[in-house]
Amino acid sequence: MERSVSPSQQKKKNNIGKGKYIDYTLLLMIICLLAFGLVMLYSTSAYNATLKTGDSAFYLKKQVKAAIVGFGLMFLCIKIGYRQFARFAGLGYVVAAVLCLMVNFVGTSSHGSSRWLNIGGISFQPSELAKVAVILYLATAISKRPNAMRDLKNNVRLLVSIAPIFLVVAYNNLSTAIIIAGIAFVMVFVSSPKYAPFVLLVLGMGVLAFLFVLGAKGSYRMERIQTWLNPENYDTGYQTLQGLYAIGSGGLFGKGLGESIQKLGFVPEAQNDMIFSIICEELGLFGAICVILMFILLLWRFLLIATKAKDMFGSYLVIGIMTHIALQVILNIAVVTNTIPNTGITLPFVSYGGTSMMILIAEMGVALSVSKDMQVDM
Amino acid sequence: MNQLKTFSYQKTKLLGYLYICALLFLCIRVVYLMVFRASHYAELAVEVEQRERHIKAARGRIIDRNGTILASNKTVCTISVIHSQIEDEDRVIACLSQQLDLPKEEIAKKVKKNSSIEKIKSNVSKEIGDAIREYELAGVKVDDDYKRYYPYDSLQSKVIGFTGGDNQGIIGIESYYDSYLQGMDGKILTYTDAKGVELPELGEVRLEPEAGKDLYVSLDYNICKYATQLAYQTMEKHQAKAVEMIVMNPQNGEILAMVNAPEFSLSEPFALSEELPEGATEKQKNDALNEMWRNTCISDTYEPGSSFKIITTAAALEEKVVTLDEQFCCTGSIMVEDRKIRCHKTTGHGSQDFTHAIMNSCNPVFIQLGLRLGAPRFFHYFDQFQMLGKTGVDMPGEASTIMHKLDNVGPVELATISFGQSFQVTPIQMATTVSSLVNGGKRITPHVAVGTGERKGGSKQTFRYPNKGNVVSKDTSETLQYLLYQVVAEGTGKNGQVEGYAVGGKTATSQMLPRGSGKYIASFVGFAPADDPQVLALVIIHEPVGIYYGGTIAAPVVSQLFENILPYLEILQK
Repeated sequence: MERSVSPSQQKKKNNIGKGKYIDYTLLLMIICLLAFGLVMLYSTSAYNATLKTGDSAFYLKKQVKAAIVGFGLMFLCIKIGYRQFARFAGLGYVVAAVLCLMVNFVGTSSHGSSRWLNIGGISFQPSELAKVAVILYLATAISKRPNAMRDLKNNVRLLVSIAPIFLVVAYNNLSTAIIIAGIAFVMVFVSSPKYAPFVLLVLGMGVLAFLFVLGAKGSYRMERIQTWLNPENYDTGYQTLQGLYAIGSGGLFGKGLGESIQKLGFVPEAQNDMIFSIICEELGLFGAICVILMFILLLWRFLLIATKAKDMFGSYLVIGIMTHIALQVILNIAVVTNTIPNTGITLPFVSYGGTSMMILIAEMGVALSVSKDMQVDM
Repeated sequence: MNQLKTFSYQKTKLLGYLYICALLFLCIRVVYLMVFRASHYAELAVEVEQRERHIKAARGRIIDRNGTILASNKTVCTISVIHSQIEDEDRVIACLSQQLDLPKEEIAKKVKKNSSIEKIKSNVSKEIGDAIREYELAGVKVDDDYKRYYPYDSLQSKVIGFTGGDNQGIIGIESYYDSYLQGMDGKILTYTDAKGVELPELGEVRLEPEAGKDLYVSLDYNICKYATQLAYQTMEKHQAKAVEMIVMNPQNGEILAMVNAPEFSLSEPFALSEELPEGATEKQKNDALNEMWRNTCISDTYEPGSSFKIITTAAALEEKVVTLDEQFCCTGSIMVEDRKIRCHKTTGHGSQDFTHAIMNSCNPVFIQLGLRLGAPRFFHYFDQFQMLGKTGVDMPGEASTIMHKLDNVGPVELATISFGQSFQVTPIQMATTVSSLVNGGKRITPHVAVGTGERKGGSKQTFRYPNKGNVVSKDTSETLQYLLYQVVAEGTGKNGQVEGYAVGGKTATSQMLPRGSGKYIASFVGFAPADDPQVLALVIIHEPVGIYYGGTIAAPVVSQLFENILPYLEILQK
């Protein structure tokens, strides 16, 4: 029997069966993006770091440490193989939810909300873990009973099962909760053959949000919208406006790496959410477009892996990861360019944030692990 | 079997494309912001990133004809705050309000304002500035600056004027010649971080200030000082409300002194000399200040009275309607239409020739001259003498002559105009017109400034004031010189005599409106030497108490002035 198989088929089969190769293109992209992110992080944070700690590389060092741990986790994920994770889906969900609940009581606060847990001297943001936990939980649940998802009731049931973790996270970090809800919605949407209920849900939510804002004239919500439309006229528009100043002063090729002025305290904590504005200022339109293109390539790669994955579980994992990255990138850039009202979402691989960095790289490990069993020639 | 279902496969692809489309849309958004809105935001960015500091240009000095400095600069401090550098707001507010004597709320407002730099107060004395420096408050900047300084304080205050907080001239020649005196402020442009700390590695743009030009004036410090003394003495002696004195060169219009007693202090121009009643409004205070600053020699008009007979005489002589030895008879009054107009000597001057008529300042004679001329011809001469408009003196706020409309002048009006009543002129107009009539007939432009020059030597520019043409013939001018000499030598102007000099002049006493108020203006215009006038002085005493005849109280002032300044000006005795 084996002899009748042509050499090329043989090779293909081997690839499928043993899955020797991970998607090196994706790995290369991740490394490039990460390296670029670290350079920009150093450029952006050096001033703030020197002011606060006297060490210009303070933020960079922490970020690099997180990245190294992340690569460790990535290696583990690839080694273990994603299939093993299905077993921990329920446990992961519960642990993440409990940690997120704990953070509300014993967390370290910053900017008025407590978001960090301090475990053995290492601070950790459990809401980042919650995103992965939800992806894993949903991928497991959907791939176990794919046919059940044809029933709208089961779709709703699955979405409702996300509600506890969503509420716990939303309590002090609405932006992350929105990302979690987005991921869940997209994954359930993909699992169902129907379009109409989901489209209706999105439209319904839109109308509700509109009424929500309109019905609150003069309130905080309304002011937020006003700030978005005319950032010049509001004190709360300061950050947005400074970001726009940075973007506007970049020009075609930017002021050059390290030459931003807006990062010198004008854009508050420029290494966080607003880092894209400093990229625009230093690297110009050219740099900004390159960054967006890099993310587009990354998403295209995920799309490829998700559609060619060997099993449903792997596919849904990658769909979750792709959605996670896509939502964060889109929302972050939209906020920085004042396309939507301000909300605190970081730019993956670039913004400062140890937990986020670590978990993102681990997620990449999962995606790479899925890519190992892809049904194409590598 | 375990792979994605067909619909899921399609939905995943759809999602991927949606994400990519969203990112492409954001690309367009970024292009829009960075290409089409770039200049807008970049400009705003530079505004917050750059700090502009002004380096004040030194204002030009004002220097009199002998090199005495009448206005100069001294170092003072400007206090400003940089919001982002302030560490202890309360301490800054407390310290500044105490040192600068400003209300706390006013300072708090500026301290809390999120701007790159906010000025708190300028023109703070160097001592206070140094005291604030001692506190070493973060975010408080004390910059050295120039303040206008007037060494002789109130001397010629209304002529010189003063400057405001931004070094701009407010009245007088400080205002009129502001463009020369001001110079160009310099600038230092530096980039700063959000805390306002300058970023030296980005360099700075420095525009050096250009000092203002010195202004050379025709005023003479010594004459000004003496004339001011005389004016104050006279004011005190006669309990007068005000005394004006113009001393000028009738040949070229240079003003040697222009006294407006009472003067005000140039070092504190906003301190009212008279207390206002409690609860005075801001407007009342402003009005009072403007009143105090008013240079009445050029901005106010008065009824010239008998000294206007010089002009009537000039017109009559030019028109040849009278000769010097024509005989007149004064009975003490004259009938013009139905009105009986009296001479100041009610018993009449009797029979007299024209020379004696002007020596006696006999009203009926001059009324006759006026009537002989007739209104149109008389007005034609006013025009020829260029005395109906402004003199063009180089100070702000000059008033015009207030004269009847020719159409409204009947015989009675004509009669009163002839001896200087029923219309008004400014003192500077009177002095200038008389100067032009006795200097040989050339109309001069009165002026204070003679030129400008760079402070450190360099180029000098001389202002030119060309004559505005001949207004009377040389003959008429010489006749006037003779007649006015006679007035002082033997006529009503006897008190204007100066030993060793031939002085010409004319007295005047005019009632203030409304007539019968018992308020008078006594004046005397005199010049010397009578046959070649080198200096002319006009003294006007407002509302003297007691004797109010110009010949009695104003002429001696000119006599005293001439006694001192004629030798000083090296004018030879006859």
